[in-house]
Amino acid sequence: MTGRPFETLTALAAPLLRDNIDTDTIIPSREIKSVGKHGLAQGLFAGWRYQGAGREPDPQFILNQVPYAQAQILLAGRNFGCGSSREHAVWALCEYGIRAIVAQSFAPIFFENCVNNGLLAAALPAAALHALADAILAAPQLHPLTLDLQHSELRTPSTGAIPFAIDPDARERLLEGLDAIALTLKNIADIDDFHGRDRRLRPWVYLRQCP
Amino acid sequence: MHEPHREHRLAADQPPASTLFEKIWRQHLIVPGDHSLLAIDRIFLHERTGSIALRGLRERGQPVRNRAQVFCTIDHIVDTRPGRGDDTPVPNGRDFIRQTRAAAHEAGIRLFDVTDPDQGIVHVISPELALALPGLTIVCPDSHTCTQGGIGALAWGIGSTEAEHALATGTLRLKKPQTLRVSFDGALSTAVGAKDLCLLLISRHGAAGGSGKVIEFAGSAVRALEIEARLTLCNMATEFSAVSGLIAPDDRTFEYLCERRFAPRGTLWDMALEQWRRLPSDADAVFDQEIRIDSGDLAPMITWGTSPQHAIRVTDRVPDAEHSGSSREAHARALAYMRVAPGEPMTSLRIDAAFIGSCTNGRIADLRSAARILDGRHVAPGVYALCVPGSSAVKRQAEAEGLDRVFKSAGFEWRDAGCSLCFYAGGEDLGLGKRVVSSTNRNFEGRQGPGTRTHIASPATVAASAVRGHIADARTLAP
Repeated sequence: MTGRPFETLTALAAPLLRDNIDTDTIIPSREIKSVGKHGLAQGLFAGWRYQGAGREPDPQFILNQVPYAQAQILLAGRNFGCGSSREHAVWALCEYGIRAIVAQSFAPIFFENCVNNGLLAAALPAAALHALADAILAAPQLHPLTLDLQHSELRTPSTGAIPFAIDPDARERLLEGLDAIALTLKNIADIDDFHGRDRRLRPWVYLRQCP
Repeated sequence: MHEPHREHRLAADQPPASTLFEKIWRQHLIVPGDHSLLAIDRIFLHERTGSIALRGLRERGQPVRNRAQVFCTIDHIVDTRPGRGDDTPVPNGRDFIRQTRAAAHEAGIRLFDVTDPDQGIVHVISPELALALPGLTIVCPDSHTCTQGGIGALAWGIGSTEAEHALATGTLRLKKPQTLRVSFDGALSTAVGAKDLCLLLISRHGAAGGSGKVIEFAGSAVRALEIEARLTLCNMATEFSAVSGLIAPDDRTFEYLCERRFAPRGTLWDMALEQWRRLPSDADAVFDQEIRIDSGDLAPMITWGTSPQHAIRVTDRVPDAEHSGSSREAHARALAYMRVAPGEPMTSLRIDAAFIGSCTNGRIADLRSAARILDGRHVAPGVYALCVPGSSAVKRQAEAEGLDRVFKSAGFEWRDAGCSLCFYAGGEDLGLGKRVVSSTNRNFEGRQGPGTRTHIASPATVAASAVRGHIADARTLAP
């Protein structure tokens, strides 16, 4: 349910090439303070971003450093977004201003959550990812990253086009900003048919309405 | 009238050899495609992520499609101290509970509320109440939904937006995952079990080792596991980055489910049973990947670092970078956070706290296994220990068996059911820099509180460590 198509993005990328960055790290549970999708940006990476338990920025953390505080793209390692299913991780990234993540791989629930919120999650092999990170770290201003979803490739002024991987269905949903529920409701006749048939085949599945 | 004809046609369509997963997939396929539309039989919600899905649906003006198939519980941030109500130490926790209750009532779905005798952690109560059944598709906006694969269901965690989709349409659209069979062969010795099996698997193949796959756990060691241990094994499939894990249902499964609150009865039970017996993977079914592990010499496992893949035998020493299975940088970060050094024996690490509970190890069998070690003993001075049953029913059963007295006389706090300190939500904590042995599933940085150092292990290992005051091999205390 995005409603906002993903268009070609050119922005600074912050390299954070760790493996297994989990959703507890992206948004610690203690930072989820209300029932809703907002008010989460302050809590993004709270355990890494701040010193101790307060809100004093930790200068060691890349998003606290010039120029990466302006980054709209994150580069990460393998299995990004593992752990808890909390969609708050994606909402926090989006609210903070991150619009795309380029990583070696993504955890399955996190990936779906990205697509459902218009956040691009593009996969790149480790070698290409490290080369890109090195180039950016050496001269960030010279390496704004262009993510072209239409052609599934990324470009920097010096590297030329590098193809990235993304599931074709996810790509289409991101490009068109499709509303998944509205799309599925077009199949409502198929769904009704299925349930009519299934109630006869597997009546034991269907419970009585709760009082 | 058309049933026999249809069943016959479906049977004729069956490919010659299928896995358990493929059989369930086919049964639920509404519209095939690159991303197929799949029927969802059960949806579970809890107060942390489910309330947002219900609210999203209401904002769209969309009703819940199959209300009788949707269930909600209060488990994540509910207070677990005795005499609880809606107030919780988690800041604004009461809002989550009250808004969830209001949304569940408005949507007309069944809620296992704070004081309901069937309240508990969603993945503990679902099998307990036979809401999870073999062959069902089950989803919940919670990553540990895969737990319920232990009874032979296809159960997986989703996001809140996907939950909205499932609530509105009774379906989800997904790409067919690849299959992975993990076979554990070799009889398990005493004092080791399902938790040690999952930690061994993840330590060998990495936290991304099952990435995007559906795992079928098989082999003689798995067949021999009781149902509760099977739930523990499947629980940590998500820690392996798998979509889900499941185990073929057998007589043990059917016996476990029979007569439970929401189990089918009479002729419906007979019909279900006949269908369930056809679910196990065919002998010649082919999996996309196979992993075989000899579990005959399994030892108690424990984590030394900040990922479930950082697991070693409790009798081992903290590995150096070369043998850690992680990059040099990740290894160094984990050492620094955990304040451990390469070469240090795990059993030399003094602990500050011990936690028994969670959807991984909060069932009656887990509590019994810890109580066997604690009986007649006391936790070491300076160790804060607590036991949080996974459900209100587990708590009642434990009390009927006198286990609560064993825990309390050993110096453990005895709590009401919930997720409790499996994660830190801003309420109760274990303290900055404290070292905890925990029967939970995640040893991530900060998971149990800022700076808290978590070692995950089986309930027996937690109990033994609490008694010794340092990480301990439960086999040295086994009765």
